Amino acid sequence: MIQLSITENIHNWLFSIMPEGVASIVEMVLIAVVYLTIFAVTGLFLVLLERRVAAWFQLRIGPNRVGFQGLLQTMADAIKLLTKELTGTERADKFLYNLAPYFVIISALMALAVIPFTKEFHAFDINIGIFFLIAISSIGVIGILLGGWSSNNKFALIGAMRSGVQTISYELSVGLSLLTMVVITGTLQLSEIIEFQKNGWLIVQGHIPAIIAFMVFMISGTAETNRAPFDMVEAESELGAGFHTEYSGMKFAYFFLAEFINMFIIAAIATTMFFGGWLSPFGITESLPWLGVFWFLAKTMGLVFLMMWFRWTFPRLRVDQLLTLEWKYLLPINLVNIVVMALIVWLNLTIRF
Amino acid sequence: MSYFSDIYNGIRTLLTGMSVTGKYFLTSRKGAITQQYPDNRDTLKMFDRFRGEVIMPHNENNEHRCTGCQKCEIACPNGTIEIIWDRGIDEVTGKKKKKIDQFVYHLSMCTMCALCIDVCPTDAIEWGQNFENSVYDRSALTRVLNKPGSKLMPGVED
Repeated sequence: MIQLSITENIHNWLFSIMPEGVASIVEMVLIAVVYLTIFAVTGLFLVLLERRVAAWFQLRIGPNRVGFQGLLQTMADAIKLLTKELTGTERADKFLYNLAPYFVIISALMALAVIPFTKEFHAFDINIGIFFLIAISSIGVIGILLGGWSSNNKFALIGAMRSGVQTISYELSVGLSLLTMVVITGTLQLSEIIEFQKNGWLIVQGHIPAIIAFMVFMISGTAETNRAPFDMVEAESELGAGFHTEYSGMKFAYFFLAEFINMFIIAAIATTMFFGGWLSPFGITESLPWLGVFWFLAKTMGLVFLMMWFRWTFPRLRVDQLLTLEWKYLLPINLVNIVVMALIVWLNLTIRF
Repeated sequence: MSYFSDIYNGIRTLLTGMSVTGKYFLTSRKGAITQQYPDNRDTLKMFDRFRGEVIMPHNENNEHRCTGCQKCEIACPNGTIEIIWDRGIDEVTGKKKKKIDQFVYHLSMCTMCALCIDVCPTDAIEWGQNFENSVYDRSALTRVLNKPGSKLMPGVED
């Protein structure tokens, strides 16, 4: 059952002026528009943030010319990409080639829909929330595989195959580290997980195994979004641009935006599962529920910054190193960690306020 | 048991790397190496090692240190330097002596290799820091380095 809980007022007003069927359709369209706007704005903002943060890490200044402190830089870039010609290779599989960017975009949007921005601002509060997120986030790789396969380019194909290897391996660690936290909460529904954290964020409640799970999640989440140090998919020095070598203009922009939205989603999942989502620290603004969005975005941006910090510090891994890290280190640690967490929950050793 | 020490060392070295870049991040506002060039044109000072063009310094009496030995002309791999010289009467000793008429420097051919400056026995030429070398006419890139009416600084040849 879909629970549309964005701002009760608009909901009630729509249902008071229209018949029920029309009102729900209008409401869904409105929500879709809102989420598309969030998608575009977040993506463009994150691209700008990435460029500024990268510049600061490298003792540069970064884009600061277009608009105040370069705030309109990515807007200008998007307009430039819109006006560019959509080129393709000669014997590309045209249908799959054109379809691939939408797979990536749609899976990112679907994941965005279940993320609780605040108590009221939560489009799709499904009871298998975390499960849905894990499932959806691995669909995105189909888009990457399709794009690499259909563009009839060796570099793109190698990039796509690497992406397949990487995502399938690291999907395990993402799932298992989230499962470790589900052992504490006992529920998969994101709103209930956040309710549960009113007694202390899960990273505090689960102490040592939760911190290990968080570290594993951040590492495998970075790998899932194909960002450095796990960016073998689009390793510029080896593969040109990897799976999107043959894409140009707006199709390229879709891949590019989806990558940043995926980073936002990974950070948002970590915020929800480990840092209490939209809950304020120690409940300091409990009387002002609309501040939830602020706390949620603040925590998410903190984790996004952490991922950017990884990207601009660590060198790229080789394929064998990547698989060694996953299968010999992260996965055994994760399995042991789940057992430890189960013991801690069983013996009531969690820290609760 | 190198498994666990590998994990420990891995995390430790990763954190070391992150602390280095973290320090750069925090000090980037003060230590940014980017020059916002046309904006700071008045205050921009190039560093000493910058190779902009070859110049010949003159002192306040319009005297330079070039004896006209032509070592720089021979050292130059692409014929950037042409020394037009003459024999004149030296005022002090009254003997005939080689002296430069014009030290011609073709900036358009110069690759900034610094061989001429290394080879100069009297340190007559050195690097200037001017980098705004674009002109509308390429003949403006052919420069005469010694100023008109200048002469050799006394004591250089001793």
